[in-house]
Amino acid sequence: MSLTIKKEGILTTVQDLGRVSYRRFGVNPGGVMDRAAVRLINALLANDENAAVLEVHFPAGEIRFDRDASFALGGADFGPTLNGEPISNWRMVFAAKDSLLRFPSKTSGERTYLAVRGGFDVPEWLKSKSTNLGAAYGGFEGRRLRSGDVVGVCEPPDEIDVLRSSISPSLIPHYGRFPTVRVVRGGDFERLTASSQNVFRRENFVISKDSNRMGFRLRGEPLQQDRPEEMISSAVTFGTIQLLPDGQLIALMADQQTAGGYPRIAQVIERDLPLLAQLGPNDKVAFHEVDLSHAEELATEFERDITILRVGVQLQMAPSKV
Amino acid sequence: MPAPDLPRIFPLSESSLVVEFGSEISVELNERAIALADQLDTNPFPGYIESVPCYASTAVFYDLLTVKREVPSGSTAFDAVQALIRSVLNSVRPKTDQERRQIEIPVSFAEPNALDLPFIAESAGLSPSEVIDIFTSTIYRVYMLGFLPGFTYMGEIDKRIAVPRKQAPSLKVPPGSVGIAGRQTGIYPFESPGGWQILGRTNTDIFLPNSDPPCLFRPGDLVRFVPV
Repeated sequence: MSLTIKKEGILTTVQDLGRVSYRRFGVNPGGVMDRAAVRLINALLANDENAAVLEVHFPAGEIRFDRDASFALGGADFGPTLNGEPISNWRMVFAAKDSLLRFPSKTSGERTYLAVRGGFDVPEWLKSKSTNLGAAYGGFEGRRLRSGDVVGVCEPPDEIDVLRSSISPSLIPHYGRFPTVRVVRGGDFERLTASSQNVFRRENFVISKDSNRMGFRLRGEPLQQDRPEEMISSAVTFGTIQLLPDGQLIALMADQQTAGGYPRIAQVIERDLPLLAQLGPNDKVAFHEVDLSHAEELATEFERDITILRVGVQLQMAPSKV
Repeated sequence: MPAPDLPRIFPLSESSLVVEFGSEISVELNERAIALADQLDTNPFPGYIESVPCYASTAVFYDLLTVKREVPSGSTAFDAVQALIRSVLNSVRPKTDQERRQIEIPVSFAEPNALDLPFIAESAGLSPSEVIDIFTSTIYRVYMLGFLPGFTYMGEIDKRIAVPRKQAPSLKVPPGSVGIAGRQTGIYPFESPGGWQILGRTNTDIFLPNSDPPCLFRPGDLVRFVPV
């Protein structure tokens, strides 16, 4: 089983949940930007949690199914059609051989995800199928997908069909172009002057054009430190918000470096990272501080929801060849 | 600044924290950071994922659910991991230089490889060969890896040749390029954009994509550059 890229998009890559345990060697985890979307659609298809998906940016190109397949889309809404018929995100869809998937118009978000039952079949590099564009390793030949590429799909582990066809709306992230994103205080927050601390809490920030999978530069009222001093490099992670020397902020995203030398002002909570990850240039964001115990509870709650979805899917699976 | 035996520990995210031993570049603080990472690798706690030793701090990543399952309700996973780390800090034994690997790296300082050597020499008020002599007379320590897979942050560069990084980074630095940024030196593992001042180039493979781990250096390695 395979898919063929009939017409390439601007940036389509193979990703999974990332490459862990190599950070100390400078290898960033990478992986999908919107983890919630991918975990939900993989759960819906009864795929392994970490099954590889395609992360698709707009314009998205066209994709052909070379054989019958079940798939699901999630994340951004690019008005998807299958053989010209509109289809919806967050639902399992059946594609007959030679079906053509198109994404004609962007209506929400910046990254849509295509999961196929069985998951995409590319060689693992350092125990992950994620594409590391900087190193040009991992994923599909270490690069974005281009016209004519044929991407393999793993055979589903068992000959059973998934019957449940959609995800409960309450589980789907509430994407928007101006979300309030919850953060916990960063280890260097106190370096800000009191008035800059308030600016961070009260003001809105605009995602600049200079934003990509590594990080989003945020434009806003400049923030000041009490006593600016040179910092030595220390660890950062997906969702870390750092203060740059010019007083502007950068939110580190999936392809972030493993360490950085700028003050860590805040950390976007895992539950709200998908809201940030779906923003693009000129979108706005506001930050709301919560305490760590609340952030931990929200993350735990999402894990419980995913488990319930997984169990629900399993219970409704049926043999396909009776 | 916290007392040396009481590092500051703070959350990085819901599933990671930072143990900060200090705020300056020193062999002693770096050895403590590496030793804690090694200790946790050898004796992982339930839910432990990985540690990232940096100059004077160690980040610890863990699976939130696994840790939460083991702690009583009402306290956070962060509190639990913090307590656990404080309890092992005493048994962590930093290594000495004698126990560290020594690696020799052949470097060509010839014209096409030494892109910024004329600039470094001019800024330092020295001749290019004096810069090379000073650069190659020190044994450097790999304090940490980061920026790119396998990229080393090594130190310390002699003050006389410690030029600041470029105002505008180069778009394409060739693989194996050896650069200076202030008191730090490092080797580009593969072609990438970069802002360090390049004074030479090595043929030694730094990035080893088909090995695990995928790079030549480890935190704590001692490196000598040999002119070729």
